[in-house]
Amino acid sequence: MSTSLTKDEGLDARLVLDRGTFTLDVELTVRPGEVLALLGPNGAGKTTALRALAGLAPLTGGHLRLDGETLEDPALRRRTAPEGRPVGVVFQDYLLFPHLTALENVAFGPRCHGMPRAAARELAAGLLDRMGLADHAGAKPRRLSGGQAQRVALARALATGPRLLLLDEPLAALDARARLDVRAELRRHLAAFEAVAVLVTHDPLDAMVLADRLVVVEQGRVVQEGTPAEIARRPRTDYIARLVGLNLYRGDAAGHTVRVAPGLGLTTTETLDGPAFVAFPPSSVTLHRERPDSSARNAWPAEVTGMESHGDQLRVALTGSGPAAGLPLAADLTPVAVAELLLAPGVQVWASVKAAQTHSYPA
Amino acid sequence: MTDDTTTAAAGFLDAPGNRQRRARTGGRVPVALVLPALIGLAFLLLPLVALLIRAPWRSLPDQLAGAAVWQALRLSLQTATLATAASLLFGVPLAWLLARTEFPGRRLVRALVTLPLVLPPVVGGVALLLALGRNGVVGRWLDTAFGITLPFTTSGVVVAETFVAMPFLVITVEGTLRAADARYEEAAATLGASRFTAFRRVTLPMIAPGVAAGAVLAWARALGEFGATITFAGSFPGRTQTMPLAVYLALQDDPAAAVALSLVLLAVSLAVLAGLRERWTGAL
Amino acid sequence: MTTRSARRHALPLALGGAAMLLALTACSSSDDTSSDPPGRSAASTATSSTSASPKVSGSVTVFAAASLKESFSTLGKQFETAYPGTKVTFSFGGSDTLAASITAGAPADVFAAASPTTMKTVTDAGDGQGEPSTFVRNQLEIATPPGNPQHIATLKDLTRSGLKVALCAKTVPCGSAAQKALTAGGISLTPVSYEQDVKSALTKVELKEVDAAVVYRTDVKAAGGKVDGVQFPESAGAVNAYPIVALKDAPNPAAAQAFIALVKSAEGQKVLTEAGFLNP
Repeated sequence: MSTSLTKDEGLDARLVLDRGTFTLDVELTVRPGEVLALLGPNGAGKTTALRALAGLAPLTGGHLRLDGETLEDPALRRRTAPEGRPVGVVFQDYLLFPHLTALENVAFGPRCHGMPRAAARELAAGLLDRMGLADHAGAKPRRLSGGQAQRVALARALATGPRLLLLDEPLAALDARARLDVRAELRRHLAAFEAVAVLVTHDPLDAMVLADRLVVVEQGRVVQEGTPAEIARRPRTDYIARLVGLNLYRGDAAGHTVRVAPGLGLTTTETLDGPAFVAFPPSSVTLHRERPDSSARNAWPAEVTGMESHGDQLRVALTGSGPAAGLPLAADLTPVAVAELLLAPGVQVWASVKAAQTHSYPA
Repeated sequence: MTDDTTTAAAGFLDAPGNRQRRARTGGRVPVALVLPALIGLAFLLLPLVALLIRAPWRSLPDQLAGAAVWQALRLSLQTATLATAASLLFGVPLAWLLARTEFPGRRLVRALVTLPLVLPPVVGGVALLLALGRNGVVGRWLDTAFGITLPFTTSGVVVAETFVAMPFLVITVEGTLRAADARYEEAAATLGASRFTAFRRVTLPMIAPGVAAGAVLAWARALGEFGATITFAGSFPGRTQTMPLAVYLALQDDPAAAVALSLVLLAVSLAVLAGLRERWTGAL
Repeated sequence: MTTRSARRHALPLALGGAAMLLALTACSSSDDTSSDPPGRSAASTATSSTSASPKVSGSVTVFAAASLKESFSTLGKQFETAYPGTKVTFSFGGSDTLAASITAGAPADVFAAASPTTMKTVTDAGDGQGEPSTFVRNQLEIATPPGNPQHIATLKDLTRSGLKVALCAKTVPCGSAAQKALTAGGISLTPVSYEQDVKSALTKVELKEVDAAVVYRTDVKAAGGKVDGVQFPESAGAVNAYPIVALKDAPNPAAAQAFIALVKSAEGQKVLTEAGFLNP
């Protein structure tokens, strides 16, 4: 009984959109109260997926069910128009109606749902008050700051009591300082939201702070799915590894060794067999002018290709040579270490990483 | 973005948004632009100035004393305003259809809409007669079914003026709509607004400056309409003889009277346009 | 076109104006002025060799009342045939509009008006070369749709209720003539429209938008079978005289005189009377 109830609650979707040169095919299941982040590089199809959920881009296949109700199913020729879906959207640049005040923007949805004017305005005023915007209710959008506009957009999306809240890059339009505040605030509002929330972002920090679960999309496909901690610990693609700041290699495992290049096996603490990933943070990499002694068994020659500052450290980009030819590597070093090693692009060095600092898992 | 384009469409009305933009650009105004601009301005104003210089100022009071002048003027203003209203009623939805929907032959329809712009108005008048005349394709049916005949009536004048003026409105509004961000309509849809509600409550207010610009163009065109009107509606004082017709007929035997009538038409148009501009700048 | 060029070849280059015209008149026995009896070319060739008059060439611009369109176009072709190398350009329109263009300096050689009043504005402005002369007269007729479905027989019939009638505006010749006729008959008529010229009045009849219009006989003729004409006695009191004049600033005075001579010649008059005009 209870299982069938949970099965019918929340979002259950397989979004298939064929756009000729680009095909999106992602499966999403989200429970009520859960916040799901769609994370991926530009052009991965995140926003398309969001638009499909909102009904702004028709599916060519798959299905879309919300709380047991089929909103769209091309095979059954069923499709609920955007205005008929219990969906609220916060658009990337908010799209607040410029000719309406903040209050009128928020009251717009309830009015469209047939709520009397006075009641809609009261509801909108309450929402703006909750957002700490009571003083700005009468302001036109162009008079609002980025953070204020973002909150009005959120209030507007929540005003219709949606069962599915969609947020498209909710923090992308903000400057760095506003971003910090708004992120924390948005987190509170999302945590309080009892229905399904899906947000789309290319920023891993936003995704990890705001979402309970991440779905990583690349080229229209889901490449990894899990909690922020799982994804951060065990990235499965270069894109995610870069996002979470890890060196990631894919290879064949046999016991404690994962062969990541024809001439290079990395020793790990885990015991594995078959295809596997090895991940380690740039800070665990040590660079040497000469070949290190045998204590660090994971050592290979590499050439410095670039350097950039990374906090109070320097991140050195390298490309493997010799047995590790072509293997990319990032290493975080102190400026002192960089100076002592006389590192510069083109310099040949040896890289090493301790087995204890690597993490390997099945591919 | 939307603001910019709509004010650009409404540019000649000198919307307040434009003034802000002008203030922002500073620096020296290049001669390469100023010179042709001034030549263009002089070219446009010279005939008007000539009209003023050669106007029979002394006999003007006598020329304008006749009731016929004011009768023609009133008729002109009434029909031009009705034609503008009709253009708005049908033209704005048509512009929306052209800008926001995809249907087979949309390009062709768009080209057809602009056809009355290139059609000599007299040809337009003949075409209207063939369509809506007493023996016209549709007119015959209107006559037998409802007893409505349009030629030689004031309604006929409005029909002729609408035919010639509406394309101006459609083109202007369509351009504004294309420049306007369609995603606002999507945002409205996600808030539960039907496409019509989204159009009425979101799109229309946002493109209002463009619609106003189109309406003014249409009104001005309708006010000056001659060829289609005289062909379709004929010329009868007080009923179908608008100012341009009166001017033309006066030109046949009394050029001074024609100049006097033209001056009245000019003065009234100028007053109305200036008045509208005042209203809009006040409202915004 | 082919016949014309063929004839051109047949004609010697230098042809005298008056002699040529006489030759044409003498030779044209056919009613159909557009077809050329083969004998005519030969005859004119024969006559032309004896003529000696100022050389007529180049283009000649004729401003003529709209009602002259058909007949003058025919005469224009004859003229070009008679004077190889010439080109007649017509500007047909309301006489008043044309007069206004001429007084404003339009480069025309000949002006043919539909009323002496209009001609007077040109001569008063000193734009005429010599005195204008009346070359034809025109009489009014009632034009009705083919078959005269409303059975209009008299001018008085036009006042019948429910009947839609178009008149020319009083400021244009056909309108003032109609007014004269109506006054002569003691008839008070309210039309649905005062048309800006006779052709647009006629068009309204052709399109059956009105039941009748008071136009010129020539217009009824020119419309072919598209309208029927009803003559009425009151028209006798409102006959329009058509004056023609060469213009003082004519770019091509010789051709202007030659064209006027053609219009007034027997041949010219024949074309005009066939079109429904009355001899002066």
